[in-house]
Amino acid sequence: MISRGEVQETNQMISEMNLDVRTITMGISLMDCAHTDLRVFNQNVYDKITRSAEKLVKTGEELERQFGVPIVNKRISVTPISIAAGAVHTDSYVPVAQILDKAAKEVGVNFIGGFSALVQKGCTKGDRILIDSIPEALAVTERVCSSVNVGSSRSGINMDAVKLMGDIIIQTAERTKDRDSIGCAKLVVFCNAVEDNPFMAGAFHGVGERELVINVGVSGPGVIKRALEEVKGQDFETLCETIKRTAFKVTRVGQLVAQEASKRLGVPFGIIDLSLAPTPLIGDSIAEIFQVMGLEEAGAPGTTAALAILNDNVKKGGVMASSYVGGLSGAFIPVSEDHGMIQAVQRGALTLEKLEAMTCVCSVGLDMIAIPGSTSKETISGIIADEAAIGMVNNKTTAVRVIPVIGKEVGEMVEFGGLLGYAPVMAVNPFNCAGFVNRGGRIPAPIHSFKN
Amino acid sequence: MKGIITVLGKDKVGIIAKVCTYLAEHNLNILDISQTIVQDYFNMMMIVDISAPSKSFEEIVLDLQHVGEDIGVEIKLQHEDIFNIMHRI
Repeated sequence: MISRGEVQETNQMISEMNLDVRTITMGISLMDCAHTDLRVFNQNVYDKITRSAEKLVKTGEELERQFGVPIVNKRISVTPISIAAGAVHTDSYVPVAQILDKAAKEVGVNFIGGFSALVQKGCTKGDRILIDSIPEALAVTERVCSSVNVGSSRSGINMDAVKLMGDIIIQTAERTKDRDSIGCAKLVVFCNAVEDNPFMAGAFHGVGERELVINVGVSGPGVIKRALEEVKGQDFETLCETIKRTAFKVTRVGQLVAQEASKRLGVPFGIIDLSLAPTPLIGDSIAEIFQVMGLEEAGAPGTTAALAILNDNVKKGGVMASSYVGGLSGAFIPVSEDHGMIQAVQRGALTLEKLEAMTCVCSVGLDMIAIPGSTSKETISGIIADEAAIGMVNNKTTAVRVIPVIGKEVGEMVEFGGLLGYAPVMAVNPFNCAGFVNRGGRIPAPIHSFKN
Repeated sequence: MKGIITVLGKDKVGIIAKVCTYLAEHNLNILDISQTIVQDYFNMMMIVDISAPSKSFEEIVLDLQHVGEDIGVEIKLQHEDIFNIMHRI
């Protein structure tokens, strides 16, 4: 029988430590929507999404009430549009983005991911149309998220795409400059992108996935932080053990919600993404966890080690709690979505270079970082190349989601609103890398990719 | 199928009576009940059988919330699975 202490612990996690299920994301294959006529294709896409996800939001709300745990976001990921729309006779996928936006609004999800292209080795015609459509697509839509995979451990880095994405990010920023360049907050450049990630902005429904799938992202930095407060000053074994135990409990809640959502929607369960995703709320921060671990601010020496411990033990605790773990699974370190990280930047403790080092051991990469609007496209390409190299060599997912805020300089504040938060504009290394990124071509696959 | 009801709030006359009346009216059998008062704060946990309710689970959750608001305490009903899955391997 459940004890009162256990009931109290669970409910305290929910009410005081921001335990929640961060997202239920329904993956929808658009492979069967293919058509040469854009209007027919768009109709097929709209019909398929609105039919498949009709009950998604309602089911999420029912589960929230049944278990008394908040399910913050309900979202959709679709087949990368560069593949799904490959047969369409057109020179722009902007109308497709608009249809995705319309479908998202119709079913009530707050984001739809998959305005994406996978170009780690080269671009198809569809990939190129998609990439060229990104700046306008993100300016004229509200809920569409876009991602481009430019490298992988298996095939190296497509430096032509890296160069192109520097330019696309600047164009996207320009197109949305009246709103603090928010378009860039919905655009991720990946290396080793995963096919079952439920988190935005990088979610898409991979080609190896089934027709429809339910993926769930759990979170709970606040719960981990509170647990670590209980073991302050104790040794690393205790620290790791505490994170593992807590991550286990958090993940179990995600597993329950995922199973139940899958059953009610009649859609197979895919994976649980064991991520620690912060929000701008006090007490829901990764940086606060570092502080409880003994660092004055995020970015102090020791931060990379602290993040490595956190990331590893979240996984160790989480894998036992769920039958299928996937997605990105680890700690996210977005700057604008974490008030502790923002404070660390403002106090001068956290720099872009330290964040880059941290991305070697966290689950994704340079995330939600505002940089000066005057940053050159070559410099952005250089930042992408560095991140992609970290991912390629270390067999992990890395990503870049930087926002060059047009008209703003270092130290100024940028307000994105809601879950996307707010951020101070961070300094970027001013030295030039144009001669390097403009070479063109590909970085060959690393030696450890030859495993066959 | 079981549900866990928790009631938290300042102690006063009739909290248990109000909750139990509601449960009886909606065919929800109480399997276990425990209660303490710490510094004037009322803290109750009930395990109820929700196999044959007269309304949907979600409606009962909302009704109990309203009962709580009427008497100035917080009443929650949650499916037992969330506690089982978190605390039992």
